[in-house]
Amino acid sequence: MGKWTRRAFITAGVAAGGVVVFGVAIRRGDRSDKVRGLVAADGESLFDVWLKIAPDNTITAIIPHADMGQGVHTALAMMLADELDADWSTVRFEEAPAHKEFANYSLAREFSAPAADFPAWLIDSVDGLFFRATQMMGLQITGGSLSVRTTGQIAMRVTGAATRAVLLEAAANEWQVPVSELGAGDSMIRHAGSGREASFAHFAPAAAALSLPDKPSLKSPGEFRIMGTSPPRFDVPAKVDGSANFGIDASLPGMKYAAVKAAPVFGGRVLAVDESSVQDIPGIRKVVDLGDAVAVIADGYWQAKKGLDKLAVEFGDGGNAGAAQDSIFSQFADELDSAAAEGTAKSDFVAGDADAALDAAVQVLEAEYRVPFLAHATMEPMNCTAWVHDDRCELWLGTQNPLGFAQQVAKAIGIDESQVILHNQYLGGGFGRRTIDDFAIQAARIAADSPYPVKLVWSREEDMRHDHYRQASISRFRGGLDASGQPVAWHNHYVNKHDPEEAPHIPYAIADQAIVYSESETHVPWGFWRSVDHSLHAFFTESFIDELAIAAGRDTYEYRRELLAGEPRFAAVLDLAAEKSSWGESLPANMGRGIAIHRSFGTIVAQVVDVEIVNGKPRARRVVCAVDPGYAVHPDNLIAQMESGIAYGLTAALYGEISISGGAVLQSNFHDYRMLRMNEAPAIETYIIDGGGLLGGAGEPGTPPVAPAFTNAIFDATGIRIRELPVSKHELRLKDVEDVA
Amino acid sequence: MITLSINGEPRALDVDPSTPLLWVIRDYAGLTGTKFACGIAQCGACTVHVDGKPVRSCITPASAAVGRQITTIEGVNDGKPGLHPVQQAWIDEQVPQCGYCQSGQIMAAAALLDRIPSPTDADIDKAMSGVVCRCGTYPRIRKGIKRAAAVIAQAAPLGTDNG
Repeated sequence: MGKWTRRAFITAGVAAGGVVVFGVAIRRGDRSDKVRGLVAADGESLFDVWLKIAPDNTITAIIPHADMGQGVHTALAMMLADELDADWSTVRFEEAPAHKEFANYSLAREFSAPAADFPAWLIDSVDGLFFRATQMMGLQITGGSLSVRTTGQIAMRVTGAATRAVLLEAAANEWQVPVSELGAGDSMIRHAGSGREASFAHFAPAAAALSLPDKPSLKSPGEFRIMGTSPPRFDVPAKVDGSANFGIDASLPGMKYAAVKAAPVFGGRVLAVDESSVQDIPGIRKVVDLGDAVAVIADGYWQAKKGLDKLAVEFGDGGNAGAAQDSIFSQFADELDSAAAEGTAKSDFVAGDADAALDAAVQVLEAEYRVPFLAHATMEPMNCTAWVHDDRCELWLGTQNPLGFAQQVAKAIGIDESQVILHNQYLGGGFGRRTIDDFAIQAARIAADSPYPVKLVWSREEDMRHDHYRQASISRFRGGLDASGQPVAWHNHYVNKHDPEEAPHIPYAIADQAIVYSESETHVPWGFWRSVDHSLHAFFTESFIDELAIAAGRDTYEYRRELLAGEPRFAAVLDLAAEKSSWGESLPANMGRGIAIHRSFGTIVAQVVDVEIVNGKPRARRVVCAVDPGYAVHPDNLIAQMESGIAYGLTAALYGEISISGGAVLQSNFHDYRMLRMNEAPAIETYIIDGGGLLGGAGEPGTPPVAPAFTNAIFDATGIRIRELPVSKHELRLKDVEDVA
Repeated sequence: MITLSINGEPRALDVDPSTPLLWVIRDYAGLTGTKFACGIAQCGACTVHVDGKPVRSCITPASAAVGRQITTIEGVNDGKPGLHPVQQAWIDEQVPQCGYCQSGQIMAAAALLDRIPSPTDADIDKAMSGVVCRCGTYPRIRKGIKRAAAVIAQAAPLGTDNG
């Protein structure tokens, strides 16, 4: 399979889904008829496809995104409720069924018109290019830190405001007063002149019969009453008493359990299976040969797992057994060498003439960085319960991409897409992994030949060895400094570009830049991993700018700061992180401090890490995080996402390495793919700047800067420059200790 | 057939006694709050109490729990109505994100507070480092434990909540 980018991913979805017609947030010819039966009970009034008002005045936001801990249900409901002037205490949410009318055009917009900015707080039209693009795409994806930015801004806020407008219109009709004399608040409509008031619910049936306005007026930030506050998240209570249902918790009458093992080498096939090897184990129902994997079905999961462990099966290697960690990196290095020699590198971003500037530079620095493959390692291993009955396939699982999964499952078992009914559950971690449908297809194929529902659960080992991985890469730099130490040339050549496109680009004022790349495919499956390409390029670029600052004999914060003079928002975020971390104050001899800044998914994040070196091991003690997402819809949740992104990125920087041996993944479980734990977790302080403008994301932008801030801190403490992750591969010694010795 | 006491109730279950307690609790007793994540006692998501002590149910054969009191997240408040102080603190500090590991975190924290009512940071590190959270909720778990400790300490002299 070729390289996958998010763009290709979407295109594939379109190809698989065919032409799908659906409206944007608000269009004449309300779409609510198409979904009323799916989401609205008797007596409930539905507005477009996103909002319901019940007779008891309960407001329900219908959210087309999955919860994986990022708080999306709460944040999106807040955006709808604020524009509606609802009473927050009676606002609920429902997750939208996997249905095309709920497909989010957010990714579509992001990729169809990436340069077309929405006005910050007033969306005056969602027609035109965007509408045409979204007509073609059936997406209901949770990813790209896009839920609040797009579904929230467009579907939720616009629907909330438009519904408020028709409620007022219905009230004006009934009371025979001008709309201008009416006010809305706390899910009530009031007429000051007469003292009359009635609930939203009272007017909802009449309002639902009116046309929603195309261009409802939205609030400005000063008028927000719910956005900008931090109400408790909807999902938390069920997550403290064991009642939250994750995919793995599905239970159906007569359900059996399956354990699966795929060919260890990617691309390998099942060559032979000896079913007799498990026939006398009690509880085993059958063995299923899936071509590239085998599954054992049993009455209980443990029986299935034991059966699978005993099953005699021979796998082929698909011709990939020669691939190893060293050979993959040699392949990358060779590709970079030859592309440089032949001038065949592809252009990513070019300004001025970097080669000429390097020739003219007083000092030239060169550095090469490497990062390994990474697994997602969600706490909940991949699993899916499938029941194929009456020409239908029902699925219970956690997915970031329900429509895409349904399409691919239908294709895999040869039924119509409309016959796949997907019940999305809580996701025990997503991080990009649950955009990949491999496990759901396996479950459906296993269940398709079974007269009972089957719950397929991957072992941790299967999950780690059959992930779709964050890419490994090499990135080479040449930087030129003038006589005063100012950078005058930036040349960067790296392996394998996926997306987002801007991930390798730098915010610094360096006149002559050449950022180029070469493709060098491997047989290791690629997947979106929290922050995608930003996760590697922030490490590369923020390490190298640090190296330039050190070479220039400058303070690493001040050096960056001068180069950001023309980028006031970056500068403000960097300054805040430096100030709150007491940058410049001295640290104990066994400690170091490092800084990094990176923008991803529209949000700028700067972090300062304080590291302590204990017996040659680095321990991140404190992380100060400054973040500008434009506007924090739910500040406490933004803070939680920064904490989460930092832990995820720090885990990878410290320990993360998936290595390939004999064509297969060497690591298998948490003992050899280590996780950050409580005793290693730094104290984290997060400071928010509401910088205005477009909303940025929250789920991913906390991750990219922490690796370079951490390794820059290690350099500060030890004088050792980490150019290859993970850090745990390196022996560290304090520079002062070394000097004394 | 095996008889286990789970959350104070005797349960007669038709299962091979060598089956790990985790799968017996989830698939046979139908209590799905206890989670599978690694299967080799490396992550603590499956933590339950056996006679009040935290145990990794994924590597504990069910036979080893016969005649002992098994407590899962569903019964962590000892059958009393309402939430255990640790659960309430988890809500107050908005600890969970994806939530998958949190049953294990709460069971480990409840066992810690049972043993050490006012734990230091070092006590927390020691008791909680066996339970992995991929969402990185550790700073909030630490705050949650301290909040729950304070609530329990306040309630204890009155004998209302901790007796």
